[in-house]
Amino acid sequence: MKGWMGKFKSLFLLSMLALVLAGCGKENLTALVPKGYGAESSMNLIILSTVIMVFVFLIVILVYTIVLIRFRRKKGQEGYIPKQVEGSKTLETVWTIIPIILVVTLAVPTVAATFDLADESASADGINIEVTGHQYWWHFNYEEEEFATSQDLYIPVGERVYVHMLSSDVIHSFWVPSIAGKMDVNPENVNTMYLEAHEEGVYWGKCAELCGPSHSLMDFKVIAVSPEEYDQWVSDMQNADPEEEPQDAVAQDGKALFEENNCMSCHAIGSAPSAVGPDLTNFANRSRIAGYLEPTKENLVDWLMDPESLKPGNKMTGAYPALSEEEADSIAEYLLQLEHSEITPESAGGL
Amino acid sequence: MSIAATQKRGFGAFLWDYITTVDHKKIAHLYLFGGGFFFLLGGLEAMIIRIQLATPENDFISAGLYNEMITMHGTTMIFLAAMPLLLGLMNAVMPLQIGARDVAFPFLNSLGFWLFMFGGILLNFSWFMGGGAPDAGWTAYAPLSTQSPGHGVDFYVLGLQISGAGTLMGGINFLATIVTMRAPGMTYMRMPLFSWATFITSVLILFAFPALTVGLFLLMFDRMFGSAFFDVALGGNTIIWQHLFWIFAHPEVYILILPVFGVFSDITATLSKKRLFGYTAMVFATILIAFLGFMVWAHHMFTVGLGPVANSIFAIATMAIAVPTGIKIFNWLATMWGGSITINSAMLWTLGFIPSFTIGGMTGIMLASAVADYQYHDTYFVVAHFHYVIVGGTVFGIMAALHFWWPKMFGRILHEGMGKLTFWLFFVGFHLTFFVQHFLGLMGMPRRYWVFLEDQGLDTGNMVSTIGAFLMAVGVVIFLINVFYTWAKGNKAPADPWDGRSLEWAISSPPPYYNFKQTPLVRGLDPLWVEKMEGKGEITPAEPLGDIHMPNSSILPFLISLGFTIAGFGFIFQVDHSAYLILVFAGIGLALLSMLIRSLKDDHGYHIKKEELEREAD
Amino acid sequence: MSHDHSLNPETMPQEPEKATLEGRNKFYGLWFFLGGETVLFASFFGTYIALRNSTAGGPASTDLFGLGLVFAMTMILLTSSLTSVYAMYHMKNNDFKKMQLWLAITAFLGLSFLALEIYEFTHYIIDYGFTFRSSAFGSAFYTLVGFHGGHVTFGIAWLMALMVRNAKRGLNLYNAPKFYTFSLYWHFIDVVWVFIFTVVYLMGRVG
Repeated sequence: MKGWMGKFKSLFLLSMLALVLAGCGKENLTALVPKGYGAESSMNLIILSTVIMVFVFLIVILVYTIVLIRFRRKKGQEGYIPKQVEGSKTLETVWTIIPIILVVTLAVPTVAATFDLADESASADGINIEVTGHQYWWHFNYEEEEFATSQDLYIPVGERVYVHMLSSDVIHSFWVPSIAGKMDVNPENVNTMYLEAHEEGVYWGKCAELCGPSHSLMDFKVIAVSPEEYDQWVSDMQNADPEEEPQDAVAQDGKALFEENNCMSCHAIGSAPSAVGPDLTNFANRSRIAGYLEPTKENLVDWLMDPESLKPGNKMTGAYPALSEEEADSIAEYLLQLEHSEITPESAGGL
Repeated sequence: MSIAATQKRGFGAFLWDYITTVDHKKIAHLYLFGGGFFFLLGGLEAMIIRIQLATPENDFISAGLYNEMITMHGTTMIFLAAMPLLLGLMNAVMPLQIGARDVAFPFLNSLGFWLFMFGGILLNFSWFMGGGAPDAGWTAYAPLSTQSPGHGVDFYVLGLQISGAGTLMGGINFLATIVTMRAPGMTYMRMPLFSWATFITSVLILFAFPALTVGLFLLMFDRMFGSAFFDVALGGNTIIWQHLFWIFAHPEVYILILPVFGVFSDITATLSKKRLFGYTAMVFATILIAFLGFMVWAHHMFTVGLGPVANSIFAIATMAIAVPTGIKIFNWLATMWGGSITINSAMLWTLGFIPSFTIGGMTGIMLASAVADYQYHDTYFVVAHFHYVIVGGTVFGIMAALHFWWPKMFGRILHEGMGKLTFWLFFVGFHLTFFVQHFLGLMGMPRRYWVFLEDQGLDTGNMVSTIGAFLMAVGVVIFLINVFYTWAKGNKAPADPWDGRSLEWAISSPPPYYNFKQTPLVRGLDPLWVEKMEGKGEITPAEPLGDIHMPNSSILPFLISLGFTIAGFGFIFQVDHSAYLILVFAGIGLALLSMLIRSLKDDHGYHIKKEELEREAD
Repeated sequence: MSHDHSLNPETMPQEPEKATLEGRNKFYGLWFFLGGETVLFASFFGTYIALRNSTAGGPASTDLFGLGLVFAMTMILLTSSLTSVYAMYHMKNNDFKKMQLWLAITAFLGLSFLALEIYEFTHYIIDYGFTFRSSAFGSAFYTLVGFHGGHVTFGIAWLMALMVRNAKRGLNLYNAPKFYTFSLYWHFIDVVWVFIFTVVYLMGRVG
């Protein structure tokens, strides 16, 4: 008995150690290292509740251990009948009152924070962005600034950015763990929350409500830049010229193919409002292709030729004629030249 | 009437006996068999999920199949494994504990079981026909569930509707049984905690399941008949589904946990040789938990956008549940304090439960803090939390109960060595699997993710989790071996193997089919213990020996359930071709006809004659 | 105990419906069942209230509902509840013939109610093109009121089966609980209708 018990113990300890070494997770993804206002509010409550709960747990374990050591039946006690205790008013009152106090200790800051994070009264003075969740990508419309982009959400550090979220199909949930907690993106009503990043950087965003086969691949990024850079980026995006001819011949071919294959019926470049698929205006600056693939040309070609194998259930599969590798290569070349700003995920620190 | 004894009569007769039985003890066997089967199936699905998540960007199964797997794992474990296993235990034990000869409605009892079984089978047929299993999660949120292609979600709707009706009948049956059939002297405040838990759980079933029934109807009408409840374009509202679902599904959590609170109360008292500490407080804590359980459903919806007022109210209501739950934990500890604790397999599961469930309960309070939940919600933190509650609570409780009452139910004692090995493997595996998941969630891994990406710090945790899952699986396999071993050559059980306190230990193991030759007279809490302390060692009868009235067996419950299942297939496939409507009419016809026969044919049951009982005594 | 529970004024217990254990079980069982039914209808009402203004451009409640017909339906159903009370009164007096008579009147009133309801639905569908699929409001309306109608239909079928089955055998302790539980069910259906009348029709007039 002791032999295999020992093995389990060491296995358990080893894995716990490994976990500690892995630390708190990836810095621009984990909720454990908050980099924004909402995430900090949540983290404060997480810490408070953990402390309270660990306190309770230790008391339970203390009593539990004493019971196990002192009151196991010992040899020669077979006939022993313990005193039949009915209960104890005092003790039971104690373990009713103490939990009530602990719960109130947690409830008060919870309610305060809930109202604080739901406060949208200053939204008129802040930056407002319309977010639309689609299977399986995110659209960001900078309504007051009159341009749109997809997948990468640019925000200025230290300012409250109000996102107004609506879904075009099923329910999604908008979550940037490092910056703020999540909120559902419903098809029938606009939900609003605010993001306030404390540090520049590129942060992973995740869809947190099951939305179909590629739910786990519906990633997006939040790119937090300095207010000056943000203004620069906005003005670059506003001045982007979608009609601009690419320099080299391959890319020009690509542009022609893009038009021939009627890609614009789904994808907007520049001001065209089409939003069946992601807006491609600043596609070359995307931190990831399809939300999660390294932004290399090979990946883009793979995507163009067979999106289904990379993102099952996506709406692009079958919506356009099959492409030869050469055609896909030209289109990729064209798309990878669509950039209009110096402010990129790379300049913000990269993923 | 042990399985071994009936086996001698040939398999056909044995099968017919079980298909037509209305005896609560045999129906308990059926529930345990059915629930056990689905538990293994759900476990297999869990293993496939864990293999897929062992390494980053794994492609062991496809994205679509993965979603079917998680949906079926959740649905199977909740509706087809945990609940039936509990209903089986209630059937086996509760009537004995209150000194009754059967339940109030033996016929309905059988009908409830067959509806559950056929509903479960119908649901699992989705793997083979109609384009795959349901894939919208066990929560089936609209509009993902209304838009899900194929027939998967249709199978979900019909399967749950049918098995849910069975559960509802079970609930009503237990309620009436406890109200009308307690033995003389068995007042409410003398009922063992497991019977109390059965009573309260039945109330929860009664008031929670109809909400699911309605939700499923709306989903069915939207998918099959073109209604617009969840169709936003026609003014529908998808949040209605979430409300209806959680108004059902939160009490459902308590339906799963309260019975095992009862189990642990009885086991702790018996195996510590001590009266349950604070019996009255335990009863009222159970009632309070059940009551609050109906007030907190929207804590599953903190991120839906209900607004800060609703979120605050539901947060506080949820936290309040900590108080009665805490009372229970401390009362169990106090019961053991000063006792003389025997540590066998049943007690090991009980002792394993206390720290495990305490963690699960505490993460529940952490989740109740709405703003913190904005981070936890729909991540692996939640997955960890509810597995700590449902595995660390319900499954541990079912295992404890099985080891405790196995002798009473089957007349043989489970092998202790294998019992302990099962516990340690499962216990270690369980914590290995789920403890890390708290951190995975906070490190940014949402639940229901088919793959997690490389270089996101999630690899180690997921690997540990998968290893733990395998340990749990080995534990379950050893338990199965134990069951077969015990069945073949386990030790015969005496009437009272654990020095019991309640009425079920006063009669032979397994009990005769009429339970009590003479209805017992109950003279206090822990009636058998009372008699033992007065040196009698057996229960005082409340009546002279006389004829015993027994219900007749019937095949009708089986036929009614079969009819509804056929109709279920018809409903699912009539969307493709109206010819399938024939199945709907035929199935409902069969069910209604069987019901009509039941209601027109007087069935007065039969009597066991006094002389026969006297003869048996010799 | 013998199987012959038939009653005469001497053997008649105070409450024949609760004189046997089976009777008590049925009595409590049905009450519990009605508890579940309450949640069922509450859920339908909740859904209806949430969707009653979601007309998607189609007919709204103010366009559709007239109170005259629905008031008549209400009166009919309330009266049928009263006639079932008379029936139970005669059951307790061991007057089987009069009980059957009042039950027959109850069934007739139930059928009249159903006929009017069918007329009402046809009227909405044909004259207004207002169907189950028109809008979320349409779905919610027909589902709520239709489920109630389904309960009435089931109740009438139940009652008929009971009356035909026991026409020749008279009242006994075996079937008295069956009649009694039916009457409980029937009152429940009636109460649900009162809520439908208020929530759907009266509030629907206000808009």
